[in-house]
Amino acid sequence: MSEKVLMKGNEAIAEAALMAGCRHYFGYPITPQTELTAYMAKRLPKMGGVFLQAESELAAINMVIGVSSCGKRVMTSSSSPGISLKSEGLSYLAGCCLPAFVVNVQRGGPGLGGIQPSQSDYWQATRGAHGDYRTIVLAPDSVQEMVSLTIKGFELADKYRMTSMLLADGTLGQMMEPVSLDAGEIKTFDKPWATTGTKMARPHNIINSLSLIPEELEQWNLERFARYDEAEANEVMYEEYKMEDADVCIVSFGITARVSKNAVDEARAAGIKAGMIRPITLWPFPKKPLLAAADKVKAFISVEMSMGQMIEDVELATRCKRPVLLCNRTGGVIPSVKEVLEKINEAEKIGGDRA
Amino acid sequence: MTTVFDRPHALIDTNLHYCPGCTHGIIHRLIAECLDELGVEGRAIGISSVGCSVLTYNYFNCDMIQAAHGRAPAVATGAKRADPNNIVFTYQGDGDLAAIGTAETVHSAARGENITVIFVNNAIYGMTGGQMAPTSLPGQITQTSPYGRDVKTVGYPVKVCEMLSNVDGASYLERVTVCDVKNVNNAKRAIKKAFQYQIDGKGFSLIEILSTCPTNWGLTPEKAIDWLKDNMIPYYPLGVYKDKYAEEGK
Repeated sequence: MSEKVLMKGNEAIAEAALMAGCRHYFGYPITPQTELTAYMAKRLPKMGGVFLQAESELAAINMVIGVSSCGKRVMTSSSSPGISLKSEGLSYLAGCCLPAFVVNVQRGGPGLGGIQPSQSDYWQATRGAHGDYRTIVLAPDSVQEMVSLTIKGFELADKYRMTSMLLADGTLGQMMEPVSLDAGEIKTFDKPWATTGTKMARPHNIINSLSLIPEELEQWNLERFARYDEAEANEVMYEEYKMEDADVCIVSFGITARVSKNAVDEARAAGIKAGMIRPITLWPFPKKPLLAAADKVKAFISVEMSMGQMIEDVELATRCKRPVLLCNRTGGVIPSVKEVLEKINEAEKIGGDRA
Repeated sequence: MTTVFDRPHALIDTNLHYCPGCTHGIIHRLIAECLDELGVEGRAIGISSVGCSVLTYNYFNCDMIQAAHGRAPAVATGAKRADPNNIVFTYQGDGDLAAIGTAETVHSAARGENITVIFVNNAIYGMTGGQMAPTSLPGQITQTSPYGRDVKTVGYPVKVCEMLSNVDGASYLERVTVCDVKNVNNAKRAIKKAFQYQIDGKGFSLIEILSTCPTNWGLTPEKAIDWLKDNMIPYYPLGVYKDKYAEEGK
């Protein structure tokens, strides 16, 4: 039974990464995730680990590539504009089939945007940079879940040889909550592909994303997507809240799911049967429970801190069987319970008959 | 029968893709000989870059990582920090190292990363078909400087060894060439010394090797060697630009 400690989200991610066996961190200061970098700067040298403040986000992600190639657990963290800079490296990580754990504590955008919380990197996180590839995207809604999903993120990255990204936001990164730091058993994976030196005992290993033979590159992509298919089949995570008899289904992740949960409770107190499906993995997206819900509810509401990005995945997952409304704020503004409640009322009315 | 000359073990027995007269092959061999002679192939990790030398991962027998354009020193930093026992080298051309990768080059030197950078300077972008490089000479005609490099509009070549000699973190910087036997032997001495520095934990080394590109210079291999001697060496003087330990040893 582990005691609970009060921790800031950004620091909890860092501590969880250490629990997961990560001893290499490369970063560059950017608000609102800098506490994570500072925590690593303090802790890693005392544990015999490596903390390095890189000259840029580009350099940091490429240092991650170097460590990951050598078979060690490694991470970097940043916030929205910094993730854009790391995107080149994310594509190379995918092309080279390398595991990595990357944290994005989102802020408002585009461009330099602002420093207040946002979820407007949803498209970037779930779609990514150039080329055919996928990223596992984990969306915590509490400091406790930041801990568990960080540990899970390292495991999934190693298991499927791909990047897993923790997609948080400025609120989650900055807020303090009591957390239990009970990691349980940490899973590790053999990495015979790693560049650990041949020791003159095996053929050389090559970490590479280049192929000048189209059929070969196609084959690599097919093999990569076979792994992605496996991840999609095994790793979908979501939470259902009061969905048993729901007429209106909110779909929301991260901090807006916390707001939405309150709105669901208030709606029910006012006699409207609202419920929520909270995707925990944004990729793989929980398509099945959403499609199943589409046969039961009147309407969906995508609650997001963006101009409406996840809503497209909700429409795809539900095959547009029922209307999908958008309840959103952007630029760093968090939707209020009242705003979500108003949208629930609207959805209840325009939803029409149950399917 | 006694074998008097053989392929180094660290160089894979395969056809290289380089153009006739290109000096990459010589430089590959020198590196491989050094890895053999220093007995470090089994713990060596090479970082190939983007450009003509991208396929070096198929040529060296040690473990290899292919880095994004300009990022080799950052990848090398990770590979070295993952296990300091690794002997890590990058193999980069002038576009990769002195244009898109300038920040990674300067900062890995500033940190004194204990790695060896092999910098092949042939004053042109080879792989993409002969465009102006950061090291193209004033007046040099390339595909993207068809009227000759005009320093008034596109500025001057970057002298990497001179620039890095002002970086405190750099330990050993030398410019060599492989234009004749004497210089090939000298280049090998420098490369070996750079690897030895890494083995001894002495920090960041960069060996700049003036090299030819007959195809994109539009010259025969012989004339390309002459062009290197007549034009590149005067602009990029050979020699040691920094040797921290020689200075301190005095």
